[in-house]
Amino acid sequence: MKLTTKLITKLTTEEVRHVAELAKLSLTEEEIAQYTEQLSAILDYAARLQEVDTSGVPPTPYVLPLSNVMRADEAAPSLSNAAALANAPDSDNGFFRVRAVFEE
Amino acid sequence: MPKPLYELTIHEALAGLRAGEFSAVALTQALLDRIDAVDSQVKAYLTVTREQALEGARNADARRARGEDAPLLGVPLAIKDVLATEGIETTCGSQILKGFKPPYTATAVKRLETAGAIILGKVNCDEFAMGSSNENSGYFVTHNPWDLDRVPGGSSGGSAAAVAAQAALGALGTDTGGSVRLPASFCGIVGLKPSYGRVSRYGLAAYGSSLDQIGPMTKNVRDAALLLQVMAGHDPLDSTTLDVPVPDYSATLTSSIAGLRIGLPQEYFIAGIQPEVEQAVRAAVQQLASLGAEIVPVSLPNTDKALPVYYVVATAEASANLARYDGVRFGFSAQAASMFDNYRQTRGQGFGPEVKRRIMLGTYALSAGYYDAYYGKAQQVRTLIKQDFEQVFAQVDLIACPISPTTAFRIGEKTDDPLAMYLTDVFTISLNVAGICGISIPCGFDNNGLPIGLQLVGPHLGEETLLRAAYAYEQSTTWHQNRAELK
Repeated sequence: MKLTTKLITKLTTEEVRHVAELAKLSLTEEEIAQYTEQLSAILDYAARLQEVDTSGVPPTPYVLPLSNVMRADEAAPSLSNAAALANAPDSDNGFFRVRAVFEE
Repeated sequence: MPKPLYELTIHEALAGLRAGEFSAVALTQALLDRIDAVDSQVKAYLTVTREQALEGARNADARRARGEDAPLLGVPLAIKDVLATEGIETTCGSQILKGFKPPYTATAVKRLETAGAIILGKVNCDEFAMGSSNENSGYFVTHNPWDLDRVPGGSSGGSAAAVAAQAALGALGTDTGGSVRLPASFCGIVGLKPSYGRVSRYGLAAYGSSLDQIGPMTKNVRDAALLLQVMAGHDPLDSTTLDVPVPDYSATLTSSIAGLRIGLPQEYFIAGIQPEVEQAVRAAVQQLASLGAEIVPVSLPNTDKALPVYYVVATAEASANLARYDGVRFGFSAQAASMFDNYRQTRGQGFGPEVKRRIMLGTYALSAGYYDAYYGKAQQVRTLIKQDFEQVFAQVDLIACPISPTTAFRIGEKTDDPLAMYLTDVFTISLNVAGICGISIPCGFDNNGLPIGLQLVGPHLGEETLLRAAYAYEQSTTWHQNRAELK
């Protein structure tokens, strides 16, 4: 695998804002400043992985030799509508109520 | 005067219950009274399920009166709050789940209940199990029963503190990077992290799905073996549980360890380790040798890469797993006007600082342009760490090493420096990365009277040998008999 990206271990506040938006997290200015510094330090530490020669090494996303665990496609009892909605912040007529996806 | 019932081990309690010396109600009441007496200082419990526990105890007594028995009939336990319990508030230590009452129970907890266990309540932890000190709880900090100014370790700190304070006979914790073993070590109890795939994760709020395992935290090794026995095995609700037979863990516990080969990895005895910790662990290894084990120097050359691998892999998985907390189906909702603002504000306000930090780190590591450099690379180095263990386990049966470079640190000591906090897990994390099993057992005290833990490590599904060696060591020493003194 060819490394096409040069590692940047000093993040900018703009990059932190971008990542926060990807993660859908509203952060205060203070948090952005703090995370800019702390994430840079942690990423700098993680950059030591680049020292390891991994040419020809397969990835391990998962330690077990299992794949495609199948089961019979049979109906089985599941949560009732009421139980599934019991913790909902907002529901209506048996459904979760969400805010409008498209703005007018 | 007979010893108070809360001081019993699980096996002692079962013997007393079976002999009719006391009832499950008396035992449960003794634990509830103990919680009332000490938990204002220790602060292990988020929720005490007093009425349900006593109801459960009455049922256990009725079953026993009918001549029934079960592996844990009438045994009161505490459950880490990241495990779903039907109808009982389950917060994961997070404000975002305040008030959440799951509609189902985690398989591991269900199996304990089916075996007759009584749930005393839900115990504190770092928010979503992210932390090494319990200081990341969204509610309050749990205190170490051995020194109330110190942390109990994390993330299963409430579980460890409850058992060490004798406010539960045993507890369940979860271990993603050391979260069972580290607090067990800091609180002077036994903590077992089973092999990945051994215990069902169904109903465990996911943090790092390829790393998470549920494990028992107990006063001794025999109790840990019993809880594992009850929980282990295939679960159709978790397709990552292995469909292989579960051995009888108690049956071989008392066998000799003569001839067992135990590896001593040079990479785990590094500069900066607290001298008393190194001395205690080396003395424990000598003790294992005197019991007939053969000590073999071994090398795990990629040890120092396990921590950076973990903080890329675990945070990447967490960033995906925690996407579900969006204020729509359960938990806190900021009630903002637009859909995206509601996501942003619900998550921004509902999550605590460490959880947000890890979501940010994981999101960055998975983002366009950085995926190969961080996540892809970490997965490759993970292969090398796994291979290190496979090569060592071709030569030896188990590995012995410290749990943590230090004993329990002071509350507030490391909260300003996340990286220093992460380094607490440097000796535990590689097991999760490789998916293998390990146990923390008490092996001494430092000059401040704080417990030190010995870590034994076994290959994948090597719990039988792991427990046997841990038991042999424990029974040849008295460390596990010491209890924290609380006023």
